[in-house]
Amino acid sequence: MILALPPLRCLPPFLQAPALLAMLWLLLALIGPWIAPCLPGEVVSSTVFAPMSARHLLGTDYLGRDVLTRLLYGVSSTVLLCAASTAMACGAGAFLGMMAALKRGMTDTLLSRFMDGVISIPSLLSGLVAVATFGSSIPVLVLAMACIYLPGSYRTCRMLALSIVQKDFILAARMRGEKTGYLVLREILPNMAGPVLTDVGLRFIYAVRLLSNLSFLGVGLQPPQTDLGSLTQENLLGLVYGAPAVIAPALAIALLTVGLNLALDGKGRRQ
Amino acid sequence: MSAKLGIAIARRLGASCVSLVFVVVAVFFITSALPGDVAQSLLGQAATPDAVTALRHNLRLDEPVLLRFANWADGLLHGDFGMSLVSHQSVMSMVHERLLHSLVLAGITTLFAVPTALLLGTFSAIFRNTVFDRCMSVLTLCVVSVPEFLVATLAVLVFAVQLHLLPALASISDIHSIGSFLAAFSMPVTTLGCVIMGQMARMTRAVMVNVLSSSWVEMAVLKGVSPTAIILRHVLPNVVAPLFNVMALSLSYLLGGVVIVESVFHYPGIASLMVDSVASRDIPLVQSCALIFCAAYLLLTTLADVVSLFSAQERSRA
Repeated sequence: MILALPPLRCLPPFLQAPALLAMLWLLLALIGPWIAPCLPGEVVSSTVFAPMSARHLLGTDYLGRDVLTRLLYGVSSTVLLCAASTAMACGAGAFLGMMAALKRGMTDTLLSRFMDGVISIPSLLSGLVAVATFGSSIPVLVLAMACIYLPGSYRTCRMLALSIVQKDFILAARMRGEKTGYLVLREILPNMAGPVLTDVGLRFIYAVRLLSNLSFLGVGLQPPQTDLGSLTQENLLGLVYGAPAVIAPALAIALLTVGLNLALDGKGRRQ
Repeated sequence: MSAKLGIAIARRLGASCVSLVFVVVAVFFITSALPGDVAQSLLGQAATPDAVTALRHNLRLDEPVLLRFANWADGLLHGDFGMSLVSHQSVMSMVHERLLHSLVLAGITTLFAVPTALLLGTFSAIFRNTVFDRCMSVLTLCVVSVPEFLVATLAVLVFAVQLHLLPALASISDIHSIGSFLAAFSMPVTTLGCVIMGQMARMTRAVMVNVLSSSWVEMAVLKGVSPTAIILRHVLPNVVAPLFNVMALSLSYLLGGVVIVESVFHYPGIASLMVDSVASRDIPLVQSCALIFCAAYLLLTTLADVVSLFSAQERSRA
């Protein structure tokens, strides 16, 4: 955390809370499997849907496995998979968007038309089609989500870059004879970092929603892997008993998505 | 209708047609890009090479991909969606009844959710920065951030398990009276309504706040026009176009919601058919369902844009 704090202070103030929150989740996702008390597939109790107790902090699930362990593994896969696909989508989206804004002309038109086409397919639908074709393995899910959220990121970045490209300092840099790479990395990107990072946060929330929905439908991550969506789905029967087995993963999804969204939304009101 | 408006609408419709063609091509080529072979995965590990070859020939998988696309697209134009790989029925007959069920669900939800969401959004905007507005804002933010299935699960927990207001599960196959109709539809409709109302109420509030903080509303307030008259005479005529846009865009959230709600409640609609076909990797069925959904989505967004073009014209004339 000490290592993480100095760059945090370099961020614009409205992004510090969301960034801190995202870092905490990422940290939990990375160390979760290491601090889990049991093995995720191990049946540790003969009672199913057991309530919270000292031995099993969050009770047991529908097969008598430790819920806390499975929750930590679930958080880990949800956060890491979604972070990976968001990073890919927004990295490629930002790059292509800035390129389109700089080059204009044919490159811009073709790219934008293509992205408009992709965006006209609802995300859950693209996810379902991708899974139906390629099966539901981790690389397929990550790549599919990356492709699904690329056009949105491209659009945002292109719009932001277009308004920057017309500024005088870009003209000055071009007159100096700077290369495209320099323009993108040193002139355009730093000037749109704030809005782009907000966009990254929103896309991450969308990705969490999509992955959880797919897993809840039974076509996302397949057992023995778990994520928050499949954890909720497999313990749905426990809803009647108010078992922590179903409430804990549902609450975790809500905390993850709503928390991040509230943090991102708070900046809008203050600005 | 002026020529300029006609051209703008024609351009928009043209763009939608291009999108539709793009979707048709994309759906076919993505689903045809399967590494390995559909025939092999259908017959399983123990299949003899002869059986696989025969099935490949039957499914016309041994033809080049462009020819298959041409045949498939030709079939689409004639209303032939192909045969299901799993049930060996024509896709058209499987989709037909399911689509009707889904449209009924979506229609009833729209009738109930749209006015509620518009009212909630408008009240939030009028009483902005009060406790009511703050609560609505947090509540709708929660609904739009969490995955749809969480809203569905929570709705079942609250309305069916805790309050015993609505039956958690009901079949739509035995509807005889108004009572059984309500029993069958109340829970899916409530859930789906919750899913789309969050987005719609938020967007309505944004539109209304935008208009309410404009200079002409301030002028009307300063002149001493009563609040009711301001809303009815000054604000409403100016928000019709953006609100139509909000409605159509939010209704496209119906699609995502429908998939989840139909699966949670085992509602026999087209979305649950699609999820089942994805699980069994029944590609022709997946293709057709995906196309139907994309076409519906395109229709709604196009409609929104055309309506806002129309009312922009009306406003510039007024």
